[in-house]
Amino acid sequence: MLEITDLHVNVGDKEVLHDINLRIGEGETHALMGPNGSGKSTLLMAIMGFGNLTVTSGSIVFKERDITRLPINERARMGIGMLFQRPPTIAGLKLGKLLSATSRGLSEEDILRYARSVNMDEFLDRDINVGFSGGEIKRSELLQLKVQQPDLVMLDEPESGVDLENMALMGGAIAGLLEKDIHMVERHKSGLIITHTGYILDYLDADQGHVMIDGQIRCHGNPREILRVVKEKGYRECFRCPACVRV
Amino acid sequence: MTKDSGEIESLSEEDRERLALTGLDLEMTNRCGSFFQIDQDVVHTSCAAEGIEVIPIAAALEKYDWLADYAWKAVPRDKDKYTKYVARQEQPAGVVIIARKGSRSIMPLQACLLLQRGRVQHVHNIIIAEEGAEIHLISGCASATHTERGSHLGVSEFYVGKNAKVTSTMIHSWSRHINVFPRSAAIIEEGGIFLSNYVCMQPVHRIQMYPAAHLVGKDGIARFSSIVMGMPGSHLDIGSRAVLAAEGTSAELVTRAITTGGTIVSRGHVIGAKNGTRGHIECRGLILKDGTIHAIPEIEGQLTGTELSHEAAVGKIARHEIEYLMSRGLDEEEATATIIRGFLDVKISGLPAVLQKQIDEAIDKAESGF
Ligand SMILES: Nc1ncnc2c1ncn2[C@@H]1O[C@H](COP(=O)(O)OP(=O)(O)O)[C@@H](O)[C@H]1O
Ligand SMILES: [Mg+2]
Repeated sequence: MLEITDLHVNVGDKEVLHDINLRIGEGETHALMGPNGSGKSTLLMAIMGFGNLTVTSGSIVFKERDITRLPINERARMGIGMLFQRPPTIAGLKLGKLLSATSRGLSEEDILRYARSVNMDEFLDRDINVGFSGGEIKRSELLQLKVQQPDLVMLDEPESGVDLENMALMGGAIAGLLEKDIHMVERHKSGLIITHTGYILDYLDADQGHVMIDGQIRCHGNPREILRVVKEKGYRECFRCPACVRV
Repeated sequence: MTKDSGEIESLSEEDRERLALTGLDLEMTNRCGSFFQIDQDVVHTSCAAEGIEVIPIAAALEKYDWLADYAWKAVPRDKDKYTKYVARQEQPAGVVIIARKGSRSIMPLQACLLLQRGRVQHVHNIIIAEEGAEIHLISGCASATHTERGSHLGVSEFYVGKNAKVTSTMIHSWSRHINVFPRSAAIIEEGGIFLSNYVCMQPVHRIQMYPAAHLVGKDGIARFSSIVMGMPGSHLDIGSRAVLAAEGTSAELVTRAITTGGTIVSRGHVIGAKNGTRGHIECRGLILKDGTIHAIPEIEGQLTGTELSHEAAVGKIARHEIEYLMSRGLDEEEATATIIRGFLDVKISGLPAVLQKQIDEAIDKAESGF
């Protein structure tokens, strides 16, 4: 589904991501962990194609097509979707209006049904993210993804700012997006999830975990194992951990 | 002077279209009354609402002696050369609308002014809402397709009686060589509400206007909302002023300005002259192509019991907002148009749906030019 090879990414003159290699197969969910500022969000933004980032070398291949230079909207149309850590607020643009504009064919009733399922039906008439709480922003993002139905679901810290009650709701909705109810063999949706706490992994099994440190993916392994070690010893110890496969 | 309405039928298809841009509804399906003036000729007046009169000003001044007390009270006749010119006319043109005590129109009344052959169109309107009356007025002003040059001088005086409510929505559709000088003012009595909406999304040579609301009775409310677009060669100097001259009065002045190369000066002035008053000015400008948006908000408090504020912001659309929408599958143009549409979406509470629709349509029509 996604194949990243030797990717280097600059923000301005500064290289933020160095030599990233990552493969996500169809139906797989991967968790991405790592300390603040290590480059996790930058990787997701680079996969999405944001203009403030420059790919200086390497390639991103999605569904067997090289998308390294493709505009954002074409990547979205091909099936890449992203839940933003900090999405912009857009005064005057109603959440419901945006959903109708991006849904391409869903009826008003469908949209309302999706909105209810993530407790956002009261927000359709509100300006996007204006005055939304942390948890409401995440649910609004999730609702947009539900309408978009991407094949590669990228989530940037979906659990931050979400209270316990809504955590279960978010977890269920994300599991739905990733077709976790379907057997691995028949599942098409893939996921790349940034998580600090790992709470979200209680609702969906991740097949692989990766740790990013200083702009490099330093180890791959069982996500629960990685979390256990990180909680015990911190990230600096992580790549010495025997549970991880050194790159 | 009054021609028959055959004049309306003889309008060219293009002119009909230009008038439709300003909200003129020739079929009258959503209107309760109507006034239509081409250059200096009144070609049509009607009114179906009970308690509401729509009369050409010349006839009204003959019919009602007392009307002379209203004429030139809100707008001084010697304010400037334009008001002097209008006041000097022996054959005044324009419309008088009188909503009698307690009368109400749910559908809007429309006043349409077309500048066709004349070089100068002068208009004097007087709108009176007596105690408890409620009216919605939509005035569309346009120049005919083939009009090369011309000026439109329009004086409008609004008298909002005790607990009365007047909503006035003005939509302009001029062309590159037209100069426009509206001169409007409102006097608002106790508990009265005056909502003034202005939309100009078409090219014009020059517009200059600075309407004022004088809140002279307790607890009166005034709100001005303006949505304007400055295209290359257009110079718009648009302001609004509110004088909070009685206790408990409040005013809000909201502007959305877009330039695609023209110049927009957006002025606002609120004067807090009595205790328990509140005023706010909000101007947001979007520069799509190099042009000028100059916001000049002025707030003037004269005693401790007044609370005045303003906010102004001018800039371009943030790149990350466009890219955010693109990540949901919209292409760059769709994303830009969606953000602009949101920017212009100034929902005005209490506005009848037909009027909101008219405003939305004027914006939609302009969108191809973004
Ligand atoms: N727009 C930007 N301008 C300058 N530096 C940036 C920008 N975006 C990210 N960075 C830098 O890149 C690094 C990685 O940031 P980020 O990907 O947000 O980290 P993470 O998501 O892992 O916390 C940080 O050092 C951050 O300061
Ligand atoms: Mg981050």
